[in-house]
Amino acid sequence: MVFIGVRAAPMVALTAFSVGVTLAMQAAHSLRELGAEMYIPDLVMVTLLREMGPVLIAVIVIGRSGSAVAAELGTMKVSEEIEALEVMAINPVQYLVVPRFLAMLVMLPALTIFGNYIGVFGGWAVCTFALDFNTAGYVLRALQSADTWDLYSGMIKSVVFAWIVITIACNAGLHVDGGAEGVGQATTASVVQALLAMLVTNAVLTGIFFFAA
Amino acid sequence: MNSNEPPIIEVIDLVHQFGERAVLNDISFNVHRGETLVIMGGSGCGKSTLLRHMIGSMKPTSGSVKIFGEEIAAMKESEIGRVRQRFGMLFQSGALLASLTVGENVSLPLFQHTDKSADEIEAIVKQKLEMVGLTGFEDLKPAEISGGMKKRVGLARALALDPELLFSDEPTSGLDPIMTAVVDQLTLKLARGSHMSAVVVSHDMTSAFRIATRMIMLGHGSIVAQGTPEEIRTSTNPEVHQFINGEADGPIPLNLSQDKHEDHQCVKPRPFALARYRFHHKSS
Repeated sequence: MVFIGVRAAPMVALTAFSVGVTLAMQAAHSLRELGAEMYIPDLVMVTLLREMGPVLIAVIVIGRSGSAVAAELGTMKVSEEIEALEVMAINPVQYLVVPRFLAMLVMLPALTIFGNYIGVFGGWAVCTFALDFNTAGYVLRALQSADTWDLYSGMIKSVVFAWIVITIACNAGLHVDGGAEGVGQATTASVVQALLAMLVTNAVLTGIFFFAA
Repeated sequence: MNSNEPPIIEVIDLVHQFGERAVLNDISFNVHRGETLVIMGGSGCGKSTLLRHMIGSMKPTSGSVKIFGEEIAAMKESEIGRVRQRFGMLFQSGALLASLTVGENVSLPLFQHTDKSADEIEAIVKQKLEMVGLTGFEDLKPAEISGGMKKRVGLARALALDPELLFSDEPTSGLDPIMTAVVDQLTLKLARGSHMSAVVVSHDMTSAFRIATRMIMLGHGSIVAQGTPEEIRTSTNPEVHQFINGEADGPIPLNLSQDKHEDHQCVKPRPFALARYRFHHKSS
């Protein structure tokens, strides 16, 4: 849990901050032409909560923790550790997979919330230092624009992504064969599969939450 | 040894096939309480496969494997777990969990399968590590100790639950001669004192003759010879003679280029399959 969550925090913070800054700058450019600069906070907030937050944090966690889990379990498989557990009458799924599953299910949404805050902070930095917003105005607009459903939809996505990422990673790790080469292939496969599955699921969920309804 | 008692291990007509090739062919033997059975044989002749059948991680194509009188091949995972708590297994590499310390590795089965308190478990761990000559190594990680030490920790872990039966895959390979003797004496002591049975796969003939009460030699997936160490030592079978004396010349095919006994080969090379594999690699 420490590995998946706490140690990923600095990376999540940096990513979220740059995304917040970028969103605000892009929004400023486009919205200025329409004379609608006041909507910058809305755009930053809603985009982060609904899409960028869950997706980008999931990308980081896939690259960092998903690959690590796949490689770790894969190495355990090739060095007979999994078989040793089985022979000691310890169920490897219970002993190895369940704790990782729970850690991911808790930590990915937690990181997403954390990332959302930092992203909004990034937007604030641009608005305050480069544009004519004051802090109170920014916060007020941002909070007015988003409703709780924006937050919840992002969280639901995040939980679903966590489930996808950890299932794919554990599955890839436990089915490794063929030594070090197999571990490498399984790790790569887990990252690629998890990314694709996560992005497709994101599109489907966005469709369900905001398009079909 | 009480001959009226049912055998600890009973293997009857065990056959295992990978596709067309029979890796194990009509293997039958018994192991009684307190016996130490040594399984010998060249590489790739089915020793490890046979061991995997006995620990329930492979299912036979036909035949039966009974451990403690129960058919292990027909069991569900949960039932196999119950049987597995009664035996210990030492893997060739030690198979320690790299993320845990030496002490935690040995205590793992105790924490999982007993209600003992942490203090009791700590005492047992100390005692088991002392048995294999590793007092004071509790807090090191497996990566910080040598291969031979890992194997001895693996042995301590296998003995943690005081098993009635111990499986060892090459217990003495990679150990120095003195530690080999220590491990052998430990096996003997447990077999005589606690009536533990043991099945040992070994290439080390000195160690094998020291601990065995019975020996089996496997070749081409079948039993070539079976008997007491004395019977094996005096066997007139040329393959047994060649193997226990470690001679390069003899009836056992070595798959070397000058080998003239191709039809006896344990694992037949398949030149056509190999060529196809290479071709695939080039074209991709």
